[in-house]
Amino acid sequence: MTPLDFVISLALISVAAGVLGSLVGLGGGVVIVPVLTLLYHVDIRLAIGASIVSVIATSSGAAAAYVRDRMANLRAGMFLEVATTTGALTGAYLTTLLPARFLFVFFGLILGYSSFATFRRRHVDAPLTVSNDRIANYFNLHGTYHDLAEGREIPYKVVRTKLGLSIMYVAGLVSALLGIGSGALKVPAMDSAMRLPMKVSSATSNFMIGVTAAASAGVYFVRGQIDPIIAAPVAAGVLLGATVGARILGRATSKTIRILFVVVLVVISFEMLQKGILA
Amino acid sequence: MDAVGSAELGRSGARRELTPAEAQQMSRKVHQVELAISLVLRVGVVASVVVIAVGLGLMFAHHGSYVALRGPSTYRALTSASTSFPHSFAALGHALALGEGRGVVVLGVLILILTPVLRVAVGVVSFVYEKDAPMALVTLFVLVVLVGSFFLAGV
Repeated sequence: MTPLDFVISLALISVAAGVLGSLVGLGGGVVIVPVLTLLYHVDIRLAIGASIVSVIATSSGAAAAYVRDRMANLRAGMFLEVATTTGALTGAYLTTLLPARFLFVFFGLILGYSSFATFRRRHVDAPLTVSNDRIANYFNLHGTYHDLAEGREIPYKVVRTKLGLSIMYVAGLVSALLGIGSGALKVPAMDSAMRLPMKVSSATSNFMIGVTAAASAGVYFVRGQIDPIIAAPVAAGVLLGATVGARILGRATSKTIRILFVVVLVVISFEMLQKGILA
Repeated sequence: MDAVGSAELGRSGARRELTPAEAQQMSRKVHQVELAISLVLRVGVVASVVVIAVGLGLMFAHHGSYVALRGPSTYRALTSASTSFPHSFAALGHALALGEGRGVVVLGVLILILTPVLRVAVGVVSFVYEKDAPMALVTLFVLVVLVGSFFLAGV
């Protein structure tokens, strides 16, 4: 395979990764890392560097549309970034403290549970109309979004901000420690804990993952993990895919997005368990 | 529950309730913030794609053997653990001065990485403009952590 074939085929796969990532609020690393290591036999360190690029590309590409269309909850997202960036910074300097195998098994189980919890909520999707959460009220994190599938404005209230912040801290920690799962905990934190509507959770997660990834991108750049010939097709393809995906989310039903997210989460959970047990 | 519902904004640490005129003005300002942030993201994305595309073009223009669909040239040499490419600002500047395609691609990827950072910075300015001190402080904290992470990495 010549470099041109590599660039073209990887760009096409990246378009698909961008569409999927922007729909479920994950970075597309779920697709990019296995494709690069298993299909192209690329060095794992370079694959993780490419995955960081794909996360930022998904986030910026999709969030431009989600913010403009008021699908993402800007205030909640920017507020919760306090926890994700702090977690990411802590994680970058904890890498040597805990064995990676243990972390993979531990978070594989956590993601397995949160996919179950997300799936269970598929019939009780009504947004809250009342919130007594002090933090959410003080920072006014509540919102309204226009649901194209239902053709109406849907107001919602946010609860359990403290629990949300704690999960977000862990989400930042995990993404810095393991290089995957940056959005996998963010969506359940907003959907299950804070009760944001599913599509808003996905759009807001998309908005946030770019900042979490940027907090560890400097380290990856300096360590020489961002290889231009891999990063170029990944960035371009994912950006195109994320722009397309952002158009689909508004029209899809919450239940579709929820089921799609659960499927992807189960795959990530298995991927992590496999890495922890077989590595 | 009714009492809680009607007094919901007055209790639980909420700030003073806004008059309809103030609320309308607030929502217009919030929408301006959204448009500003959306614009920053779009400009960053377009700029990085253009620079990356130019870099790829240069890369293929300088190395004729890369372009062939069949041939001895393989991508493996460019994606192994020992492949060399710029990963410091000094090396990047050097590669750009020589007009190397891979240097231009790395520049485009850096623009992409910095887009979320710029987005947070625009958020801080917007919340100051909205006179929303709590949110301005929160986003400022995020910006400091982000910029700090780049310095700690030794970029």
